[in-house]
Amino acid sequence: MSGLRVESATVRLGGRTVLDDVTLGVADAEVVTVLGPSGSGKTTLLRAIAGLQPLDAGRILLDGRDLAGVPPHRREIGLVFQDHALFDHKDVLGNVVFGLRMRGDAPARARERARELLELVGLAGYERRSVHTLSGGEQQRVALARALAPEPAVLLLDEPLGSLDRRLRDRLLEDLARLFADLRLTALYVTHDRAEAFALGDRVAVMRAGRVVQVGTPDELWARPVDEDVARFLGLANVSDGRVVRPEAVGVRRARDESRGQGVVERAERQGPTVRLLVRLDDGDVLETVTTALDHPESGERVEVEIDPEGILRLREP
Amino acid sequence: MALSHRVVLVAVAIAAAACVALVAAACGGDDEAPTEVVLVTHESFAVSDDVLAEFERESGFELRVLKAGDAGEVVTRALLTAGNPQGDVLFGVDNNLLSRALEGDVFEPYESPLLESVDERYVLDPEHRATPIDHGEVCLNYDKAWYAERGIAPPDSIADLTEERFRNQLVVENPATSTPGLAFLLATVARYGDPGWQEYWRGLRANGVLVVDGWEEAYTVRFSGAAGSTGNRPIVVSYASSPPAEVIFRDPRPKEAPTAVIEDSCFRQIEFAGVLRGARNEEGARKLIDFMLSTRFQEDIPLNMFVFPVNREAELPPEFVEHAVVPESPHELPPEEIEENRERWVDEWTRVVVR
Amino acid sequence: MHLVAYGVPLAFLAVFFLFPLGAIVERGLRGDGEGSALDVLADPLTREVLWFTVWQAVASTALTVAVALPASYVLGRFSFPGRSVVRALVVVPFVLPTVVVALAFLALLPDEVERGWAPILVANAFFNVAVVVRVVGTFWAGLDPRVGEAAATLGAGPGARFRDVTLPLLAPALAAASAIVFLFTFTSFGIVVILGGPRYATLEAEIYNQAVRAFDLRAAAVLSLVQLVCVALAVWVTMRLETRLAVAGGVRPERDVVRPPRTTGERLLLAGSLGTLAVFVGLPLAVLVERSLSVGEGYGLGAYRALGSPTSALLATPWEAIVNSLVFAAAATAIALVVGGLAAFAIVGRGGSRLLDGLLMLPLGASAVMLGFGFVIAFDRWPIDWRAEPWIVPVAQALVAIPFVVRIVAPTLRAVDERQREAAALLGAPPGRVLREIDLPIVSRALAVAAGFAFAISLGEFGATVFLARPDLPTLPVAIFRFLGRPGELNAAQAYALAVILMAVTALSMLLVERARLRRTGWV
Repeated sequence: MSGLRVESATVRLGGRTVLDDVTLGVADAEVVTVLGPSGSGKTTLLRAIAGLQPLDAGRILLDGRDLAGVPPHRREIGLVFQDHALFDHKDVLGNVVFGLRMRGDAPARARERARELLELVGLAGYERRSVHTLSGGEQQRVALARALAPEPAVLLLDEPLGSLDRRLRDRLLEDLARLFADLRLTALYVTHDRAEAFALGDRVAVMRAGRVVQVGTPDELWARPVDEDVARFLGLANVSDGRVVRPEAVGVRRARDESRGQGVVERAERQGPTVRLLVRLDDGDVLETVTTALDHPESGERVEVEIDPEGILRLREP
Repeated sequence: MALSHRVVLVAVAIAAAACVALVAAACGGDDEAPTEVVLVTHESFAVSDDVLAEFERESGFELRVLKAGDAGEVVTRALLTAGNPQGDVLFGVDNNLLSRALEGDVFEPYESPLLESVDERYVLDPEHRATPIDHGEVCLNYDKAWYAERGIAPPDSIADLTEERFRNQLVVENPATSTPGLAFLLATVARYGDPGWQEYWRGLRANGVLVVDGWEEAYTVRFSGAAGSTGNRPIVVSYASSPPAEVIFRDPRPKEAPTAVIEDSCFRQIEFAGVLRGARNEEGARKLIDFMLSTRFQEDIPLNMFVFPVNREAELPPEFVEHAVVPESPHELPPEEIEENRERWVDEWTRVVVR
Repeated sequence: MHLVAYGVPLAFLAVFFLFPLGAIVERGLRGDGEGSALDVLADPLTREVLWFTVWQAVASTALTVAVALPASYVLGRFSFPGRSVVRALVVVPFVLPTVVVALAFLALLPDEVERGWAPILVANAFFNVAVVVRVVGTFWAGLDPRVGEAAATLGAGPGARFRDVTLPLLAPALAAASAIVFLFTFTSFGIVVILGGPRYATLEAEIYNQAVRAFDLRAAAVLSLVQLVCVALAVWVTMRLETRLAVAGGVRPERDVVRPPRTTGERLLLAGSLGTLAVFVGLPLAVLVERSLSVGEGYGLGAYRALGSPTSALLATPWEAIVNSLVFAAAATAIALVVGGLAAFAIVGRGGSRLLDGLLMLPLGASAVMLGFGFVIAFDRWPIDWRAEPWIVPVAQALVAIPFVVRIVAPTLRAVDERQREAAALLGAPPGRVLREIDLPIVSRALAVAAGFAFAISLGEFGATVFLARPDLPTLPVAIFRFLGRPGELNAAQAYALAVILMAVTALSMLLVERARLRRTGWV
């Protein structure tokens, strides 16, 4: 059985249960993203897998081997930290070569490989640079190259794009996705940002309060969130009373006259190719809908609302 | 490797070597039969290398000298370690401290046969626990040139110093902190009696006496007669051996000593040695005491320690013969009396002169 | 590992400090002296002496800080030609024996100038400026200038910025430096006795008096206990202050923020501070050099030449003295690095103990006289018959150097990011390798600086070393004393010449430290 497997992992810290009976698997060459708000236990999960945090119950298996008792430096698991944790007393090359030195590669070979990796992450020529002189994005790339260098069996990433600005993040996101695919990496990527989670993950695991509440492909999650909380966290709109009304299932058109119509447009926001309309119904509820029509109802206009029953999803109690 | 790494490595290597060397030196000799004699003394002890070598040849023992601090500290250490001493022979107890050392039972009595060459008046301990080795007088020294330049007759008695014409000319050391300072105080006690001496000091104070902490400052900084000094006080409490020193250490040597001594201000200081009770090498200790009384050692004393030999057969070096004045009857006080009253005298002196 | 880090320094302190001090105090209290311990405490002289000791220490510390603060800023923040040299020279006075410097001072003062507390304060400032400049200056250099800039944009003028932003950020370093200066001035002996004249006495001088002159060991023991209590109190207060005042953040850029002075105001400040330093520190040093060169009628190298000629072995051939000084200082440095390094490890590590930190400071403030005598009576029989062993000297020197090593190494250790250690482990480094690859390179610079400082301190022979009866391996300070004690101009000049040599050796080692200090390291 290859790949990473977490079985019933439990961690208690200071009286709190930070990881609660977590079971998760990452298959070979698969990227699983873990999505959850801060405090949900994501980082602890990564640290437990890396061996930096002992488990109170459960086990970690790598390619069928139980990692209990195996110290971090022998697990062949790489970790990209949230704020890179580069060795600031070494230069860029020194950082990237580190893992290769530890496994005993010949110095020339190690340097060669390090250069390859730096090129891969788009930092060719940066070998001699000092770590302080790099921008945030460059530092994260170095951290990535460093972790990849010794060819770990599994790569863990802890919100690596968290401290970057939007544009940089988007670019890096593209690069990462390409890298994961090209290298056929087995990776576990932790984030609180659903765009990252959906963009990178073959499968997404949603965590809340130390438990994994749902695992599935992005489509599966979107199609059938397991409860209201997950639905809201995934960014689904119109979540209430145990059901979700998909915005794309809500049809809206200008009311032909005042007597008709079921609601008033409260706000119309253009979001690129689509326009998001918030409609306040006569009975007080608010519905969100999207339209691609260029000529759409504006704020304050009275509209008729029609809901396609296919677009209504019934949810379990959370 | 970065420079700092290299520096640290080199430093650690040197330091480790130093440690090893020291420890090796330490573990050098701890045999059953003692092969060395250990002399415990103060920092001012000095003797020529060839004289020491002769002792080692004659006695068959190696000589190790432990020097630290002044006479007071040496005696204190001896008192603290009475019965389990640091060495075999103690040298440096003077008559001021003699009583204390004897009461502390630090010595083993030993009557050296060479004592017959020593004048009776130096043998203050009839039980021969302490053996006199040298004597030096603490006297007022004055700068001849200073007086010659001003056409004033220099003082010839201690009593002169309270007179107007010698105003602001005297510098003395604090008897609480300085041995010569104490000796001068004792001289005044001996001369003027107790409590008569206080009146004398009141006079000195009124006449502008300068009190400093130690001999180094008094002599090398304040005394105008010391070569190289920028001081402007022509009278200082120093030693009877200071004038010849001023001749010997000046280049070129003057024909006449530039400083002189006020004879009736002198107080006798005798320095003693003794076999320490509990010494590891008693035989060696006795041989050392004998050697210290021998003419060879005694004749080496003046130019090294600037005091006088007690052995009347020892010849003085020519500089001393020419320029030193050995006072005939310096002031003296019995050691017991000194021990009993010293604290009180110093306290009273402080009150009279300082406060 | 943690056990070793704790145990070794504790054992060292217990064996070589608490044990001998305890022995001599016990002997004093038990023996028969006049009056009981309470009598000594009640004696008005005791109170007078204690009062004077405390206030002269406080005043000296204040004066030292006042003089050193502008210099700290200037040497920490500005780059100018000769910066390293000035930084190295500033440490030199710290190391010189007080007698020699006091005599040089006295040669400067005409004897109409009243001796008293003023020269004491000035001399104390001269000796201790180094501590403040190095500790506070280096810390200042590491402060993030943007904090001050932010305050400026909010309308704070330079005075307000200094008071409300800089001073609070500097507070921990100031507290640490002041503590050390206070301890040194509290126990200062030579300066007070020589420059204060017969009217002033500190606890240490009085302890010496009682122990040596009067041989009243009980009084001496009681006074040294009083002294120890005061010192422990001072250390405790400072540690509380340090933890209270330590402001998180605002410190830790990897490089010193050094730049040349830009405005006229800054240039004036630089000139003024350097000028003050020149007077305070440079002048007495210059006087020493002058005294060493004045032989016969004019000036010349006669004294230095005389040092080269054969002298009685018991007097101390100068080369012997230099070599002995270097060897002892090297050994003391090694001991201090090991013990102090381990202590820093223990103090910084999880559950670190400030108690150990405080305990290690005590030797700075304990009575040197009593400790010296303590060594003599404590280590007097098998299997600890060590009192005549040569290695006792570097051990006693290390006692004084260790607190400095801790203060230099601990902050750097603290700054090692745990995540870097974890990253290294995940990249395949076993624990020992992590130490070598991460901790050691980061700490090695601090260790180099600590080594330099410890070396300089050991050359200066503070504390009990002066009162140890040691085998005749004279060091530079000892040789200086011996030459000073003999009449004759040439002898005095040779003493000063040796002092100049001591100055040179110290300055050299500090210059090497400056080289190693490519990055800001810890506190110095």
